[in-house]
Amino acid sequence: QQNGKPYFYKKPFVESFEETPMYVAIFTYLSYGIGTLFGYLRDFLRNHGIEKCHMAQERKEQRDFVPLYQDFENFFTRNLYMRIRDNWNQPICSVPGPTFDVMERVSDDYNWTFRFTGKIISDVINMGSYNYLGFAEKSHESLITIRNVIKKYGVGICSSRQEMGNVDKHEELEGLVAQFLGVEAAMVFGMGFATNSMNIPALVGKGCLILSDELNHTSIVLGARLSRATIWTFKHNNMQSLEKLLREAVIYGQPRSRRAWKKILILVEGIYSMEGSIVRLPEIIALKKKYKAYLYVDEAHSIGSVGPRGRGVMDYFGLDPCDVDVLMGTFAKSFGAAGGYIAGKKDLVDYLRVHSHSAVYATSMSPPIAEQVIRSMKTIMGLDGTTNGTQRIQQLAQNTRYFRKKLNQMGFIIYGNEESPVVPLLLYMPSKVAAFARKLLKRKIGTVVVGFPATPLIEARARFCMSSSHTQEMLDRVLKEIDELGDILSLKYSRHKKSAHPELHRETSFELED
Amino acid sequence: MPESECVQCPRESPERETLQGSLGQLPPSIQPFPADWPLLRFLISLYRAPAYHLILEGILILWIIRLLFSKTYKLQERSDLTAKEKEELIEEWQPEPLVPPVSKDHPALNYNIVSGPPGHRIVVNGKECVNFASFNFLGLLDNARIKEAALASLRKYGVGTCGPRGFYGTFDVHLELEERLAKFMKTEEAIIYSYGFATMASAIPAYSKRGDIVFNPRKARVTRRFIVVEGLYMNTGSVCPLPELVKLKYKYKARIFLEESLSFGVLGEHGRGVTEHFGINIDDIDLISANMENSLASIGGFCCGRTFVIDHQRLSGQGYCFSASLPPLLAAAAIEALNIMEENPDIFQVLKMKCRQIHKALQGTQGLRVVGEAFSPAFHLQLEESSGSREKDIQLLQRIVDQCMNRNIALTQARYLEREEKSLPPPSIRIVVTVEQTDEELAQAASTIKEAAQAVLH
Repeated sequence: QQNGKPYFYKKPFVESFEETPMYVAIFTYLSYGIGTLFGYLRDFLRNHGIEKCHMAQERKEQRDFVPLYQDFENFFTRNLYMRIRDNWNQPICSVPGPTFDVMERVSDDYNWTFRFTGKIISDVINMGSYNYLGFAEKSHESLITIRNVIKKYGVGICSSRQEMGNVDKHEELEGLVAQFLGVEAAMVFGMGFATNSMNIPALVGKGCLILSDELNHTSIVLGARLSRATIWTFKHNNMQSLEKLLREAVIYGQPRSRRAWKKILILVEGIYSMEGSIVRLPEIIALKKKYKAYLYVDEAHSIGSVGPRGRGVMDYFGLDPCDVDVLMGTFAKSFGAAGGYIAGKKDLVDYLRVHSHSAVYATSMSPPIAEQVIRSMKTIMGLDGTTNGTQRIQQLAQNTRYFRKKLNQMGFIIYGNEESPVVPLLLYMPSKVAAFARKLLKRKIGTVVVGFPATPLIEARARFCMSSSHTQEMLDRVLKEIDELGDILSLKYSRHKKSAHPELHRETSFELED
Repeated sequence: MPESECVQCPRESPERETLQGSLGQLPPSIQPFPADWPLLRFLISLYRAPAYHLILEGILILWIIRLLFSKTYKLQERSDLTAKEKEELIEEWQPEPLVPPVSKDHPALNYNIVSGPPGHRIVVNGKECVNFASFNFLGLLDNARIKEAALASLRKYGVGTCGPRGFYGTFDVHLELEERLAKFMKTEEAIIYSYGFATMASAIPAYSKRGDIVFNPRKARVTRRFIVVEGLYMNTGSVCPLPELVKLKYKYKARIFLEESLSFGVLGEHGRGVTEHFGINIDDIDLISANMENSLASIGGFCCGRTFVIDHQRLSGQGYCFSASLPPLLAAAAIEALNIMEENPDIFQVLKMKCRQIHKALQGTQGLRVVGEAFSPAFHLQLEESSGSREKDIQLLQRIVDQCMNRNIALTQARYLEREEKSLPPPSIRIVVTVEQTDEELAQAASTIKEAAQAVLH
C-alpha cells in the first residue's frame, strides 16, 4: 500500500502489514488454548508428585520465606516456552559472519536440561545475527589495527569517563562519529541498552511529556519510565495519532493542573526490529517543528544499513541531521562492535558529559572495541581509500530487495518496508514456530524465531537479518529451503495474488519452438 | 381520525383480507390463534392503535436514535475553544530548551585525557604519572597473558557478537566464563552481563515488583523483602556487617542481595569477596553481583548464586535479554584473569599490606581526614573542615589533585550526580591501591599528598 504524501517523500514509501487471516487467528488461539489446558494438567501432576518436577527448588532453610516467584507468573515459561526452548540460546563457536558453526546440543528430558554432544554443525548460513554490513569478520588484514590497540592499551579501563577513564581513543571515536553523522558533537557509551536507559532520564524529568511509539524497544521504555515524566503512547508509525496527542498536549497542558508542559519529547526508532518498518521521519519532523517538540531517534538498526551512504534514516530520506534533536545509535549491529552513542548539538553533548549516569558511574568503552568502530566507520565513509564501504552498502540494499521480492512472490506474509534489511516472516502458530526453526537448522540454515511476549500473542514470526556478506548462492539456497518448508508447513498465507513466475510476463513470443 | 378509519378499510392483499375478515369477527381483545403468532398480534395492535399514540411512539423512537448517534461531549470542549484560539495557543507555547546550558568551566566538563594504556604508569594530559585513580587492584590491566588471550580470541571470533544471548549471541566463551565464575565463587550458577552498570540494574527489577521492598506489616504475607548491600562501599570505603545481616535475614525472612564490585578479587583468602572474609556460607546470600571491571580488568558484570535464583534472570533480566552479549575477547580476558587469580592466591595478602601501609602513612595529614577501612583498597580523603559550600570544597580538593598531578601522582576526585544521590557524600579525593605500586611509590604518594594539602589548605 503506497501511502506517502508526495511532497514529504522524495521516493515511494512502500510498507505492508497484511492482516491475519481469520482462520489462522482461530487456529492459533486454539493451539494456545490446548497448550494451556495441558499446562494446567501437567502442573497438577507435578504438584501432586505424580510427575517429576525438574525445576530448581527453594532452599530448605528458606521454605518459610515469602516465595520469590508466583506460580502463575511462570506458567507460560514452564508450560509453553519450555516445550520449544531449544530454538533459542544456541551456542556458537565461530565468528558470526555469513556462515557460522553451531554447537550441537540435545536434551534427554524434553528441554529441561541440555547437554553438548561435542559435535559441531559447521557452515550454517547465518540469517539471524545483526551483521548488516558484514563487519563480523576475522580476516588477518582487517584486524591489524585492533591487534595493535590490544597490545598497546590492553582490554580494560577500570575507571569511569569523568575520573580516569577517558582514553584518547574515545576522543578520536567521538570526533569520527560526529563527522559520520554530520552533527556538531557526539558522546559514546559502553553499552547500547544502557545508552537509552541512562540518558533519557538526564534529558527529561517530572513535568515533561514523552510521546513514545507503542512498539519501542525495552531500553527506550525503561529510560522513559526511569525519567518519571508522563508517557503517552501513539499508534505505531501513525502520524494522525501522534498529531492528535501533540495538539492535546500543547492546547490543554498537563491533565489536572492545566499548567503547560515543560517540554515534549517524541521517542521513535529508525527501524523497528520486530516489524521491519521504517519510521516516517519527514512527517514527524514537520509535526515537531509545528508543535515545537523535541525528537529523539534511536537508530540501533538503521545506522549503517539504510541510506545511499549508510548514514541511517536521515540519509535515507535525504534530511538535514540538524532537524533531529537527539540522534542515538548502537555499534553492535552494523559496526560489529559493542556500545552506543548520542549525537547532536554541542550543548546537548556537553550537558550529557556532565549529567549522564554513564559518565559518572559506569566504565567507559574498551579501547579495542572503540578501534573496531573507528575502523568500520572509516571503511563506510571511504576514508581508508577504498570503495569497500560503498560496495557493502550497495550489496546490502541489493540483497534486501531481492530477498523480500522473492519471499513476497512465494506467497508468505512479510511485514515492513520494502527497503528494510529486517525481514519478519509471519508464522502465527507456536508449533509452526518450533518446526520452522528446527527444520531449517537441520538443513543448515540458522534463523531467529520470536513469539510472545516480544510480539503480540498470535503474531509469532521468524526474523531474517540481511547481511552484505551473503552471496547470491546463499540467498538462493535459503529461499529454496524456505519455499519447501512453506509448502510442507503451509505457511503461504498471503491472499494477495502474486505471480509465482513473473519472468513469463516478459515473454513476448508464444510460438512453440521446434 | 383518518388512520383509525384506514385500519377498518379493506386491504388489497388476499392474506390480509382473510385476516381482516376473520379479525372482524373477533372481539377487540387479542385472542390467541391456534398457532400463536406474537408478531401478528403486534401488527394487529399497531393497526388498531389511535393515531396520536403512533405519532408519539414514532417521535420517541426517532429521538432515541438521535441520542445514540450524536457525539458525546467531552469536558474540555465545553470550554468553548474555537479553532482559531487553538492555533494561537499552539503558536504561543514555548517549551524549555532541551538541555540547560552548561558553563565552560564546569569541573566535570573537561575530562582528563589519557594517552596510552590506563595502567600503572599512566600518561594523563601529557604528564606521566603513577596511577592512584583506576580500580586496577590486581594490576591486570597491563598483563601480557591477558592480552595474549584477548588476541587469540580475536583471531577466532572477531570483535562483536552481533546479537543478544537468545539469538545466536551465546558463544562457548560465555558459557565457559559462567562456569568458571560459578566454580570460583562456589555457587551453583552464574550469569554474565555485557556491562557492569547494567548488572545490578537488571537484577533487582527482575525479582521485585512495586511494593516489594516497602516493609508493610499488613501485607507482610505477600510482600517480598530484600536487603541490598555492598560488600565494600565505594562511597565510604567501609565494609558491610555481613554476619549481623545474615542474622537479620533469618529473623525477618528477607533475602540478601550483595553487591561485590569492590570486594570481589580483593577480600578473603582467595579473593572470593566479603563472604570469604567473614567466613559465611555462600548459600546464605541469595544473590551476589559484581562487575568484572575492577579486579578482573575486563568489561562486564556477573551475578552468581543458586540456580533457583539466577535462572530467573535468563528470561527476566532486561540487560541480559535485550542487549548484545559481551564481546568474546573481553570474556576471554576475564577467564585468563580468573586463571591468574587462582594461580596466585598470595596477591590478596600483598594488596592488603599495601593498603595498610598507605593508610597509616596518610594519617595525620593536615586538613584532610582518611575515611575507609584499613584493608580497603579504595578509600577517601575528605576535608576535615568544610568551607561551607560544596563548590568551594570541590575547588580546594581539585587544587590538591592538580598539584599532585604536577608531581607525577595521578589522583581523582570521587564523582557523583548531585541531583540523583539520596545522601550525597561530601566531596573527597579517592585513593586506589594496586599490587603494582611499589613501597617507594606508596611512600612518595603519601608525602606528595601531605605537602600538597599543606600548600593548598594553609
